[in-house]
Amino acid sequence: MQVTITVNGTETRAEVEPRLLLVHYLRNVLGLRGTHWGCDTSNCGACTVWLDGVPVKSCTTLAAQADGHAVRTVEDLDSGGELDPLQQAFMEEHGLQCGFCTPGMLMTLRALLDRDPDPDEATIREAISGNLCRCTGYENIVRAARHAAAHPTTAPEEISA
Amino acid sequence: MTATEVPVPTSPAGNPIGFGRMLRKEDARFLRGQGHYIDDVQLPGMLHAAILRSSYAHARITGIDTSAAEAHPKVKAVITGATLEGLNLAWMPTLSGDVQSVLATDKVRFQGQEVAFVIAEDEYSARDALELIEVDYEPLPAVVDARKALEPDAPVIRDDLEGRTDNRIYDWEAGDKAACDEVFAGAEVVVAEDMLYPRVHPAPMETCGSVAHMDKVTGKLTVWTTTQAPHAHRTLYAIVAGLPEHKIQIISPDIGGGFGNKVGIYPGYVCAVVGSIVTGAPVKWIEDRSENLMSTSFARDYHMHGEIASTREGKILGLRVDVLADHGAFNGVAQPTKYPAGFFHIFTGSYDYPAAHCHVRAVYTNKAPGGVAYACSFRITEAVYLVERMVNCLADELGMDPAELRMKNLLRPEQFPYTTPTGWEYDSGNYPAALEEAMRIAGYEELRREQAERRADPAGKPLMGIGISFFTEGVGAGPRKHMDILGLGMADGCELRVHPTGKAQLRLSVQTQGQGHETTFAQIVSHELGIPPEDIEVIHGDTDNTPFGLGTYGSRSTPVSGAAAAVAAQRVREKARIIAATALECSPDDLEWELGRWQVKGDPEQGKTIPEIAFASHGNLELPEGVEGHLDASVVYNPPNLTYPFGAYICVVDVDPETGEVKVRRFIAVDDCGPRINPMIVEGQIHGGLADGIGMALMEAIAFDPEGNNLGGSFMDYLLPTSLECPSYELGMTVTPSPHHPIGAKGVGESATVGSPPAVVNAVLDALEIRQADMPFTPAVVWRAMQGRPLRTDLAIE
Ligand code: FES
Ligand code: FES
Repeated sequence: MQVTITVNGTETRAEVEPRLLLVHYLRNVLGLRGTHWGCDTSNCGACTVWLDGVPVKSCTTLAAQADGHAVRTVEDLDSGGELDPLQQAFMEEHGLQCGFCTPGMLMTLRALLDRDPDPDEATIREAISGNLCRCTGYENIVRAARHAAAHPTTAPEEISA
Repeated sequence: MTATEVPVPTSPAGNPIGFGRMLRKEDARFLRGQGHYIDDVQLPGMLHAAILRSSYAHARITGIDTSAAEAHPKVKAVITGATLEGLNLAWMPTLSGDVQSVLATDKVRFQGQEVAFVIAEDEYSARDALELIEVDYEPLPAVVDARKALEPDAPVIRDDLEGRTDNRIYDWEAGDKAACDEVFAGAEVVVAEDMLYPRVHPAPMETCGSVAHMDKVTGKLTVWTTTQAPHAHRTLYAIVAGLPEHKIQIISPDIGGGFGNKVGIYPGYVCAVVGSIVTGAPVKWIEDRSENLMSTSFARDYHMHGEIASTREGKILGLRVDVLADHGAFNGVAQPTKYPAGFFHIFTGSYDYPAAHCHVRAVYTNKAPGGVAYACSFRITEAVYLVERMVNCLADELGMDPAELRMKNLLRPEQFPYTTPTGWEYDSGNYPAALEEAMRIAGYEELRREQAERRADPAGKPLMGIGISFFTEGVGAGPRKHMDILGLGMADGCELRVHPTGKAQLRLSVQTQGQGHETTFAQIVSHELGIPPEDIEVIHGDTDNTPFGLGTYGSRSTPVSGAAAAVAAQRVREKARIIAATALECSPDDLEWELGRWQVKGDPEQGKTIPEIAFASHGNLELPEGVEGHLDASVVYNPPNLTYPFGAYICVVDVDPETGEVKVRRFIAVDDCGPRINPMIVEGQIHGGLADGIGMALMEAIAFDPEGNNLGGSFMDYLLPTSLECPSYELGMTVTPSPHHPIGAKGVGESATVGSPPAVVNAVLDALEIRQADMPFTPAVVWRAMQGRPLRTDLAIE
């Protein structure tokens, strides 16, 4: 079947199997490999993207279900190389280690902050409870979300590395 | 304490020149979704593979029909055990001298075992074709309960091994049994307890996978693979497949977490290599989550019987232990050859007593192979759990506060270096200071007061528990004369090149899985050479471009490769001194080191910076006899001893007596890993380990039903801690440098995973006011423990 999906503001179109998962559409058809895959049971959240502005697990969404809709992925968070304040906060607070869960965490938390610009710790923990991280023990992810709330615009100095 | 907070100069980019908090270099790509993990590897013409796995735990294979799968229009090849037998590849050596089936030929020996490998144009078709393969199984009784594996009528699992008549793998002991028995015979108090460290799984968020490409023209095999030890893998491929080692390149791209899961070689990796040879195209194989949980390296599965002896006043006299180790169907543990039970015999822990003995028996069962994984420091996790639980049991018997009992028995600072009754030489420590610091942060007295009030109140809900653990870790294996894996000594190489303009590249044998090597190792070199860390590029994870070494596990990176990097930088600095002296026309002895610069003593105006020296070393400056040009050094670091980080942890839990639900209210962790190169990264490592410990203590266990069905084969069944189970951690530190490490650093990657489970378990049992029950403390387990009918958490709930 043919699907037309707006991904990160650009219309994409492809002939796909009806069973194709959105995560595979993004990764393999479009080559957007920032969205990860980590489980078979919709538990880990590594695959989280936005569908019409709402975070969804792209491993449990068919590409066909996204037909005619808008998808946003981690690749769209920074603008022209400048990090989104949330990305910057993850860096400042060491909210990532191996980085595998990070794209999903970012998409979940960006949606939270857009909805609730000043969430408390409990709200943050609730929001990411469907995103597993095996490295950070969540501590610095929570701190990063708080940091982003406190610094809603990216500081001008880019981090050198 | 802030002992390491000595101010260091700042680089133009705002980074510390040397040690201190520095944001990570690797974050720039990960945050943008531009990491390059195994499943991101794309090659032209690449094919995709999937593995057919056994649904039985123990069965004879009487026939495999692959014809329908082969007829699938998108299938390129189907490989079975018979195909591999023809290539002499049906079995491969494990890391502990056993063999493991790559694809089953005679029997399947655990549920999830590899039976056939399908290569197709795309992953969906490969998985479709698995459904078309017909396997005839003749089911056999399965050995599920490790305690029954040695019974005379137990089915023999490894009848592939010549002359094998039972399921015993080894019997091993350490310590002086006679002396220990004598101490026990005369002791005033002896407490005995049985405990299980259940089978758990490292479950990194990225599963394992491989992309193999055999270039028929050049004869070169390139394997991109999820490995914590790329060089060891290269040698193993050479041995397994008989391929020439100089024609094998292993590339370990970004790794989405390892925790020990990515140390060994799995059948899927070997099949991908064979698949590429057979099809002539690159072959990608990525396991799914169930495959990861059911077939790759599990951890623990230690059934332990401990006995502790003491005086009535609580002076510990001895500890003896009997362990039954369930290794699954193949002995696939990764650990130094000399020590079949890993470093378990460090079980005397952090206390001062003369007598210790342990006996470990390992058995085959119809479960997945593995046994050392999940941040365990070669079984120190099990050892620390045992001693920390036994000390609590003793405190209970004596009616003594567990903190007081520990304080009374901890090794004292003046006893270091300290040789334990089983032969470990602890390098340095100040244990009482760490425990005092943890108690101070926790407000220990106040917590005990609150608990007493709660207990005095009949309506006092929830139940409150306080758990302590004190651990001594041993990390950074070798020395290589005592420690090798399959004959490969546990030493690591490192190469440092300073380019003409003073920018440097550092090549490492170890491989990060999230620990931030690209940042930390640059800081080590920066500390030694005074050049900014942003001017130092760390190269790793590619055997063609890095020196040989055994890789990252057992918290080895900082103790071994960190030392190698420091020594390499120190050598470069010394060479720079000679070159600076030549340029300044003075004697090297006339120069003194001022961070980043060699200068003339008494005339600091006269000096040369590292970039100046680097340029001169590549230029036309005439160098003294015997001094080569360029500014680089290469080192193979053979550690003289392990380093011994330690820590004191306190956990506070609330248990709802009505539902059995455990809530971790607070977790206080005081760690001493020597000087902290990057405190931010060290704390991150500790946070992750604490979550691991909470997960194991409260949620994670892989149990089996009587038929050998794996009951933890997905994230619906094998529960990882989420943000809701984890508290906000309270960290503290003390700093005791290692006397034998060039920068005093001890390694920290696994400390919290090792140290935290007994603290949580001690807290839960304290809340329930019972002496012993086995983790994980799910509501059902807590409920049953409260009824006085504790569950066997390794078997299906009856
Ligand atoms: S991949 Fe795990 S929830 Fe989608
Ligand atoms: S950073 Fe590794 S899983 Fe979250």
